[in-house]
Amino acid sequence: MMFQKKTNVLALTMLVIIVLATITAQWWLPVSPSEIDPEQRLSAPSVDHWFGTDDFGRDVFARTVVAAQVSLAVGVLVAVFATLIGTVLGLVSGYFRKVDFVLMRIIDGFLAFPALLLALALVAALGGSLVNIIIALTLAFFPVMARVVRSAVLQVKNESYVEAARTTGAGHGVVIGRYVLPNVLSPIIVQTTFIFAKAILAEAALSFLGVGVDPSTPTWGSMLQEAQIYLTLAPWYSIFPGLAIVITVLALNLLGDGLRDAFDPHNIKRKRKVKTKAA
Amino acid sequence: MSELLEIKDLHVHFPVKKGLFQRPKQHVKALNGVDLTVREGETLGIVGESGCGKSTLARSIIGLQEPTSGEILFNGKDYTKADAKETREMRRDVQMIFQDPYTSLNPRMKIGDSIAAPLKAYNKTDGLESRVKELLELVGLDPDTHYHKLPHEFSGGQRQRIGIARALALEPKLIICDEPVSALDVSVQAQVINLLQDLQKKLGLTYVFIAHDLSVINHMADRVAVMYLGKVMEKSGAGSFQTKAQHPYSRALLSAVPVPDPVEERSRERIVLSSELPSPANPPSGCVFHTRCPLATDRCKTEVPILEEKNESGQEVACFYPIEEPASAGYAAR
Repeated sequence: MMFQKKTNVLALTMLVIIVLATITAQWWLPVSPSEIDPEQRLSAPSVDHWFGTDDFGRDVFARTVVAAQVSLAVGVLVAVFATLIGTVLGLVSGYFRKVDFVLMRIIDGFLAFPALLLALALVAALGGSLVNIIIALTLAFFPVMARVVRSAVLQVKNESYVEAARTTGAGHGVVIGRYVLPNVLSPIIVQTTFIFAKAILAEAALSFLGVGVDPSTPTWGSMLQEAQIYLTLAPWYSIFPGLAIVITVLALNLLGDGLRDAFDPHNIKRKRKVKTKAA
Repeated sequence: MSELLEIKDLHVHFPVKKGLFQRPKQHVKALNGVDLTVREGETLGIVGESGCGKSTLARSIIGLQEPTSGEILFNGKDYTKADAKETREMRRDVQMIFQDPYTSLNPRMKIGDSIAAPLKAYNKTDGLESRVKELLELVGLDPDTHYHKLPHEFSGGQRQRIGIARALALEPKLIICDEPVSALDVSVQAQVINLLQDLQKKLGLTYVFIAHDLSVINHMADRVAVMYLGKVMEKSGAGSFQTKAQHPYSRALLSAVPVPDPVEERSRERIVLSSELPSPANPPSGCVFHTRCPLATDRCKTEVPILEEKNESGQEVACFYPIEEPASAGYAAR
């Protein structure tokens, strides 16, 4: 199943390390992420400062680790909320043709704005805080999820097992919950991990543009923004938070693919066969 | 035998939407005035080529397709205008076996749960598992090893048996079989057909058996109805149908069945229909079969023949020129 593929194991390991490292950061980091050392401004990576220091002489490694807290919180919460809202709307829209037209025109309205621009406008209007960023990004990403779920539902709805369920007396709720939803899970899982990754990028972009969370809290995006003027002078300052984004997003995308394969009933069969052979 | 199902002048028309404003301009007349009766305990076979409305008829009977007009009486009660609750009641007694065993089972549901689903829907949850195992045994599957498997672990024939078990779960009176064997291998077809016949004897079921394979119909049906372009062309007992079918279309269908004797196969006369099946959106005037009928005259182009008994034969036929001499060779020889 999932753990037979090395990329899946690698992706999961990376994510577990990142999550554990950032949650426990305050107990094991040798240097505080906010400790200023003017004598060590923009110094290159060394034994004391693994990722070098920034323009205030703060440790880039400590800041990168702590910044993951905001990025992951935004990613997880936006992915969860956008998936919940999008899935419910997509199921309703795809299953009940009469609701479909109205709902989809509203979704089209949301989709007409580029996601990042919509989030930017919302954060600018609501004010930059963690909660507002999560609200804004959820609003920016749920329409895509709704569309994806709807199109999958339209396909599944015409399968004869859905008709069979109706003829055996199942109500609409049962049909949606037990017949339609389980068969549209794969695209939902893939889209969720995709939104997770995109939300991290979007949060970085918002922070980079200066409408992110409170500037005293380090995030990968705000670090990149602060680092850009020192790009030639102190490249480590931008490279390490950038790398952190790349690794996290890559791991999430790999994990999404792995989960999709794991939920495919045909692969469950393969697992069982392997077991019997071993026995 | 009393009449379990009565269909009276059933019409199902589908609008064809065209143009910018999606106004329905034409109607595809999938069913265009169908009258049928099914008696308790018998098997009514329905034959006809693709697109003649066989499946639409099946879907209408079970309430998946709302008819445009007409009546469907089950046990004397009309269900065409029934609300959701009444339809639910009706479906306790009428079940369906689907054509494609590969798409009629939820791929993510264990087959035990698939079979239990109708029981759960009608709150018959006492002894659920033992009832499901009983049903699995009834259709010839091993109840203990198969209960927790997923559909893709089964062959087509096994899946169709699961579909049959699901249809039997509520102990229905009438089962609609919509081409239940056409997606299966010939060897498996025979097994499934024999299973259906055994179940009919054991449980006293009534079947509406839809097929396009006349040899399957011959084996299964007590009576046969031939459909063409949404209309019933001929109704007859299965025995007399093989030799004494009166409608030219029935004769053409019968003559298309190959004979396993090569000498006879070479010598027998075959009726090959000219041209294509006309579009049901724009059916021919008069008798809908006149465009392809070898016996058609000018009368057939203007007048619509009524389905009625001719020559005291016990067969009903919708034709002005029914063929009376029995079929000489061919299918009758089997």
